[in-house]
Amino acid sequence: MSAPATHHVTRLLIDNKAFLALALLVAVSAGMSDNFLTLDNTLNVLRQTSINAIIAMGVTFVILTAGIDLSVGAVLALTGAFAASMTASGLAPWLSVPGTVAAGAALGAISGLFVAYGRVQAFIVTLVAMTILRGAALVFTDGRPIAIGASEAADTFWLLGGGYWFGVPIPIYLMFFVFVLCWSVLHHTRFGRHVYAVGGGEKVARLSGINVNRIKISVYAISGACAALAGVVLTARLGSAQPTAGTGYELDAIAAVVIGGTSLMGGRGRIFGTLIGALVIGVLNNALNIMGVSSYYQMIAKGAVILLAVLIDSRSQSSS
Amino acid sequence: MAANNAPLMELRGIDKAFAGVKVLEEVDLSLHANRVQALAGENGAGKSTLMKILTGVYRADAGSITLRGDKVRFTTPRQAMDAGIAIIHQELNLIPTLSAGENIFLGREPRTRLGTVDWPRLYRDSSTLLERLQQRIDPRTPVSRLSIGQQQMVEIARALSLDAEIIVMDEPTDSLTDIETDILEQVIATLRDAGKSLVLITHRLAEIFRMCDDVAVLRDGKLIHQGPTAEMNEDMLIRQMVGRELADRYPYEPPTPGDTLIEVADLVAPGVEGVSFHARAGEVLGFGGLMGAGRTEMAQALCGDVGVISGQVRLRGREVRFTSPRQALRAGLVYVPEDRKQAGLLLDHPVGENMSLTALPAFCGPLGIIRHGQENAAIRHYIDAFSIKLSDPRQHTETLSGGNQQKVSLAKALMCQPDIVILDEPTRGVDVGAKREIYLLINQLKRDGKCVLLISSEMSELLGLSDRIMVLAGGRITGEFTRDEATQEKIMTAAAHVDAPQEISAR
Repeated sequence: MSAPATHHVTRLLIDNKAFLALALLVAVSAGMSDNFLTLDNTLNVLRQTSINAIIAMGVTFVILTAGIDLSVGAVLALTGAFAASMTASGLAPWLSVPGTVAAGAALGAISGLFVAYGRVQAFIVTLVAMTILRGAALVFTDGRPIAIGASEAADTFWLLGGGYWFGVPIPIYLMFFVFVLCWSVLHHTRFGRHVYAVGGGEKVARLSGINVNRIKISVYAISGACAALAGVVLTARLGSAQPTAGTGYELDAIAAVVIGGTSLMGGRGRIFGTLIGALVIGVLNNALNIMGVSSYYQMIAKGAVILLAVLIDSRSQSSS
Repeated sequence: MAANNAPLMELRGIDKAFAGVKVLEEVDLSLHANRVQALAGENGAGKSTLMKILTGVYRADAGSITLRGDKVRFTTPRQAMDAGIAIIHQELNLIPTLSAGENIFLGREPRTRLGTVDWPRLYRDSSTLLERLQQRIDPRTPVSRLSIGQQQMVEIARALSLDAEIIVMDEPTDSLTDIETDILEQVIATLRDAGKSLVLITHRLAEIFRMCDDVAVLRDGKLIHQGPTAEMNEDMLIRQMVGRELADRYPYEPPTPGDTLIEVADLVAPGVEGVSFHARAGEVLGFGGLMGAGRTEMAQALCGDVGVISGQVRLRGREVRFTSPRQALRAGLVYVPEDRKQAGLLLDHPVGENMSLTALPAFCGPLGIIRHGQENAAIRHYIDAFSIKLSDPRQHTETLSGGNQQKVSLAKALMCQPDIVILDEPTRGVDVGAKREIYLLINQLKRDGKCVLLISSEMSELLGLSDRIMVLAGGRITGEFTRDEATQEKIMTAAAHVDAPQEISAR
């Protein structure tokens, strides 16, 4: 068992420069601060990362088809508001959460329709969707936060963001649940294989009997659904939905995907990489916070790390 | 021998290989001032590659190039251009949104003293050049609004603007009308008399004899003949282009034809102007013709990739009209495209995933979950059956040789158990050894009772493998031959009948 297993681990490390980057980042951070590598802080980083990771894993599907989704932050805000108002009206989470995720999937599918049948570039479609949905979130909330209120439903709903199970925050479970689901779909189903094929070459995919439009619509729906789940977690954690929540999240998600080694040209990438990419960003934010670096410098540092990660990746790919 | 003076340019011992496949071997060619040199040969004989070496697009693996007695080594097209060599490529190289004048002087725009573009001069000079070609085109017209023939003329005007010593034209008359061709002929004569050296690549044999002083023949990357056109006739030329030895290269097996699987009547689609044929199980039906004759377009229409405009297609007697390749695959018709890179295979994906892509539904359980065991067994089966040389099915497809890639392409198509297989140039970019293996596979398909539609521009391959041969030109069928009556000359004649396709229907 051990020989192939070791081989597998080595390959994983070589294939995933992001993983090495993460290890390096953790080592440096641990060296610079005693408060970094504690159990509490580790769980803290994972919890903070969970929202970006959940969004980014959805966006990975879109990017694998050589598309892009800029609307996820706005989807998060609008669906988060849906979730809050459903909860405020006393609807139990086992109804409101699937409802919210379905709404996110539907919003994503609309973008997908325009990309697939409208033959409009994904960048433009999702930029428009971002603008419209952000506006819709403001209209829906009337520009004010929507509190989830205080009811039995609200208490249960809150657990999704603030609760613990065996000492581990619930959002971390959700993040790993989404990871396992996405990984299974991408690597063990026909649909996943087709996602890679569409991104690898649309004409090849079409001639291989793949319904390219259906795949395209589906990946935007998945991206929307993941953004909505992230909206649930954020709303639950804050106890209210903010109309401006998730501003700029689309860029963090894309950064996580790219750091994770997924090609923006489509057809190549792994969901595991995205998870690691999200952790790189999460660890970086956390470490800089602990070290007391001002948030202005944090942005510069974050940009530099993303650039570095992508440079290393593109160099290693052109040399192979 | 060709001219009394020393050659203007001389190529000696030119070798060129792509990914290990030799496309040019020891080719010599001399070009003289005041002469028009024709370059003849079948598709894939190496004509375009040789011209790309001449103009600095490719670099030769071996051999030397001398220009006016000096050795030269072009590493970029720009260097060749500066040395006085211009080429008009087969594919138009114009920017459609720019005007004709802007295209003619692209990258060499005349400047005013301030360094801005001297537009009046640019358009004045463009007009002069176009007038030399007897074209009444306003040089301010965007190229996208010109006809293909006019665009070709703009391309020629650009070559003239370089005032080059040597002008190479790769199939310049392909998109020209007869009148435009006559004009071009006059221009070529004028340029020759002005001391230029011209190279003309054309598949229209009549043009070689009408316009050219010398002719060189390439076959399988080797120079077969170079000499004055006056010492040749059309039959000799064809014989030299296609060669003779093919008996053992093609392991032909007689067919055992079964039911008629496909019937096509008056098929009209983009690039296809009314094609009818039928083919049976256990039969190889060959499709010959020149590039752009409409064969690939026909295949694309049959497999549902491109919409059919009119006509009937029947599979096993049932009329079908596919709107996507997906439907065609379900009905048992699979198309293996010519262009492996763009349409056939995902080159940066694992070999195994490519092979099983089309047949994937067969390996899936509920929820579309892949049964990896079944999938891998099928992949392994085809790797063995087709003797595909690789170290791991997970390795990227681009790491395989052309021949092995083509076998992967075939395995991908056959894994979904089709009845009808359309093979489009199945041996393009494949070396001789792998070609034979592919021929054996085609025979195997025939034995298994598949109906094979074989599109090939290699005349000898077509003759060597097909049970019957249809020839297309200009989107129409211009010849139909049984294996016994087909000869290279007959096919070539039918294929070159671009101008008079209607004569043939009276066969």
